[in-house]
Amino acid sequence: MSDPTVDPSDPDLPPEVAATIGTVQYETPGEFPVEQGYVYTSCSSVENGNPLFWDPEVAADITDGPIAPPTMISVWFRPHHWAPGRTEVALPLQVHFDLKAAFDLPEAVMTDNTIVFHDPVRPGDLLHTRQILRSVSGPKTTKLGTGRFWVIDVEYLNQRDELVGVETYTGFGYRRAAA
Amino acid sequence: MTTEVRSLLLGDVTAGDTLPELGHDVTATTIVLGALAARDWRPMHHDHDFAVNRNGTQDIFMNTPNQAAWFERFVTDWTGPTGRLGRMKFRMKGSVYPGDHMVLSATVEDVAVDEVGCGWASLLVTLAVDGDTKTDCSVRVALPTAPDDNPWSRRGDQWRP
Repeated sequence: MSDPTVDPSDPDLPPEVAATIGTVQYETPGEFPVEQGYVYTSCSSVENGNPLFWDPEVAADITDGPIAPPTMISVWFRPHHWAPGRTEVALPLQVHFDLKAAFDLPEAVMTDNTIVFHDPVRPGDLLHTRQILRSVSGPKTTKLGTGRFWVIDVEYLNQRDELVGVETYTGFGYRRAAA
Repeated sequence: MTTEVRSLLLGDVTAGDTLPELGHDVTATTIVLGALAARDWRPMHHDHDFAVNRNGTQDIFMNTPNQAAWFERFVTDWTGPTGRLGRMKFRMKGSVYPGDHMVLSATVEDVAVDEVGCGWASLLVTLAVDGDTKTDCSVRVALPTAPDDNPWSRRGDQWRP
């Protein structure tokens, strides 16, 4: 799909959607602290031999101690596949699913994803996240169907409320054209 | 320090430079290991039947967070450990499947020093299979401007990714 031009928010948005733009939603704590074992597993999966993640002396010298690979930032936020007492599937980007429901758009794709890295994430950190809807376009028709584009930020913070990263997603929720 | 550390300096880099290519034969293990390492339990990344018969794809396929990890490895293989990622922007164009030979390549688009003295290289990284681009990724990575400079020491207002 070609890179969409996302308009500023539609002035005719339903008030309940317009009211959420720029508002912090779904502040969520991580389910477990950042751990070295997952760092090794991630590095192993892509054969990443960066000594920052394997040699504590290099990490001490360059990053004041061990850190996690920056691109692992979303790993620490993904819910367990199952947890005691859970009755519904946990969704990692709830605002996106809320918008699909609000506009009755059964299909959706992510067209763009940007990650900005701030303070390093370290083993033992316990991250929390929050979601912020930035914009929702007016109705658009693409080759996929007719729907709306939206932009959502996910901010990641550590236990000291220091920003460690921001992911920005552009989603397109749509309904397929009738065959 | 037990590991010999090689660090690329900003002055070693010029716009138009290309990075050494990285090729990798993708297997089902590559896809499944990468998805689980990213805690992505969705079946299209490990269940062939679901991927083909529910998603309509030709096979299980590599997830985005694992692609991000491949891009990070590719860039920091080039920079050494003092290279610090600032920003990555992905544009997904196609999927990567078991049996593919993926090739990561990159070109330096810009080299600059920002207003607080941090050196930056901007790269366009491409993941391709058989010459067909599957993902483009614009990467902004900080590099030391001198042997005694360390982008990782930057905090707060001194870090502007």
